[in-house]
Amino acid sequence: MLRLDGVSKTYKVGALARKDLHAVRDVSFELRPGEVVSLIGESGSGKSTIGRMILRLTRATSGTITFDGTDIATLRRGSLKEYYRAAQGVFQDPFSTFNPVFKADRVLTMIRQVYFPGTGDVEWRGRVDDALSAVSLNPDQVLDKYPHQLSGGQLQRLLIARALLLDIRLLVADEVISMLDASTRIDVLNLLADLKERGLAVLFITHDLSLGNYLADRTVILRRGSVVECGATSAVFGDPVHPYTRTLLASVPRLGIRWSDEDLDPGPCRYHAVHPGGGPPLAEVGDDHLVACFAGNDERECV
Amino acid sequence: MLHVDDLRVHYRTLRGDVRALDGVSFSVADREIMGLVGESGSGKTTLGKSLIRLDGRMRHVGGTVTLDGTELPIGDDGRMNAFRFNDVSIVPQYAMSAMNPTRRIGTMIRELVTSRGIRFDTVRSELDRRLDLVGLDREVLDRYPIELSGGMKQRMVMVISTLLNPKLLVADEVTSALDVSTQRAVALALAGFRDRDLVHAMIVITHDVSLVYQIADTILVMYAGKLAEKAPTDVIVERPLHPYTRALIAALPEVGVQYAGKRLTGIPGGPPSLRPPPPGCRFRDRCPVAFDRCAEQPPFVEVEPGHSVACWRAS
Repeated sequence: MLRLDGVSKTYKVGALARKDLHAVRDVSFELRPGEVVSLIGESGSGKSTIGRMILRLTRATSGTITFDGTDIATLRRGSLKEYYRAAQGVFQDPFSTFNPVFKADRVLTMIRQVYFPGTGDVEWRGRVDDALSAVSLNPDQVLDKYPHQLSGGQLQRLLIARALLLDIRLLVADEVISMLDASTRIDVLNLLADLKERGLAVLFITHDLSLGNYLADRTVILRRGSVVECGATSAVFGDPVHPYTRTLLASVPRLGIRWSDEDLDPGPCRYHAVHPGGGPPLAEVGDDHLVACFAGNDERECV
Repeated sequence: MLHVDDLRVHYRTLRGDVRALDGVSFSVADREIMGLVGESGSGKTTLGKSLIRLDGRMRHVGGTVTLDGTELPIGDDGRMNAFRFNDVSIVPQYAMSAMNPTRRIGTMIRELVTSRGIRFDTVRSELDRRLDLVGLDREVLDRYPIELSGGMKQRMVMVISTLLNPKLLVADEVTSALDVSTQRAVALALAGFRDRDLVHAMIVITHDVSLVYQIADTILVMYAGKLAEKAPTDVIVERPLHPYTRALIAALPEVGVQYAGKRLTGIPGGPPSLRPPPPGCRFRDRCPVAFDRCAEQPPFVEVEPGHSVACWRAS
């Protein structure tokens, strides 16, 4: 459904924009209907840039992003509007997404004005109630309220409900729960799991490995703009191959397991074992499990 | 040794007082790292700040804080000055912006210690040793804060805060803005200060139970301005008694857990308003095991050595 092919993004930085910053380099992956893909990376890994490129908020410098076979870079006015009917994003900070001057449900009304101008009041009210119940919100508690009267979890769910009012098939969720408390964030995660069961594809962007692991069918690990490892979540988390993935997993604080100085030596480069003379950016090391060259980690050199 | 006895701190607002800390009593032993865990609005940051400096909106309503036998004048900003940095020190929540951006870091530290009546030369060698300890290059002293990464700034602030070997160090959400690999380095550096006896007692404030599990000896759980439970780390994680602690730990997704295999549940509802707080147990409305008696506030009592809890069901 959604496909990224060799997508790169280069920003011009420095005095007179003379330096290039490679925010995303040659990233390819695919998202199928009813699938959750976790995009995991630390700050500066380019994970949000990828989400923004998919939503056409930034353009890719090179490579193509296709949605149902159409290159999204070619979309113009009418067709772009139709794209947004199918693909929507929800972002990290629910408090800054809303205009504090207006009531929170204005985001729903705006969808009606833009996408459903012909819908009658009764039918619209029914749709809003459906969308709100899908995200387990009580209409009486959230409609006709100002943003400051609602909690972060309620606002975040309201934004997901707003996306559901459209017939979306793709949701880009960029750090949607990092601002929420532990007791409420799991509800938003479960909500995304329910939406996936209904056939929605979700790109779940996060820096938190345990949250990415909970939902995802497939996982993409990013480091400085490049994919270092990707594949089935069970493969990437169960048998991490790349030294960077191993370091990340060993650093995650877990209940019941204390940090230890276990040896993380990954052995010789698994990429070059598959492609001794180089080749595509990722090498297949198992069933639905791809890994990049180990070079660039801990000053390791690769032939 | 830190003793906090029935501490009450309120925030003044136009619509009445917010009772952010409503009768909090606990102690932290020497060489103890106490993790202080709670959700937003639980009063954990207020507790941390109360031990070092009340800001203009905060009012010390009652209770005492005793550090190594000396009572801290926490309600008196001027008298507290003698204790700050020397005896009680804090690594603030936004260490990223805690340093003076217009000074080189070395110059800033010189001015800081001089203002405390200490000659910079006398602490210089110790400063170098501390930088080595947290894995920072000595050259950072010649740099401006903006030239350091987030993790480096956080460690630099830790070095400055602990330079005079305070008896008590309060670390407030020091790792929450950092990446996982940096988070680990900073948390272990924090534990290193205790292991080398550079600080007596430490309070590590965080919303992340799994992080304090890694470094803390005991964990104190707060809810809506009250203490819910305190126990050794392993006891809190393996056999918590307070329903809130249980629900909080059950709501944590872990690496290896997927929703299809084990669907976790959150805690329905939200914490009550503290302006003023409702009578009785504050977790009552969200508690799965609440009963008639919860209309009365349960006391925070010790149920076994080192394990205290505020719940009628537990005691």
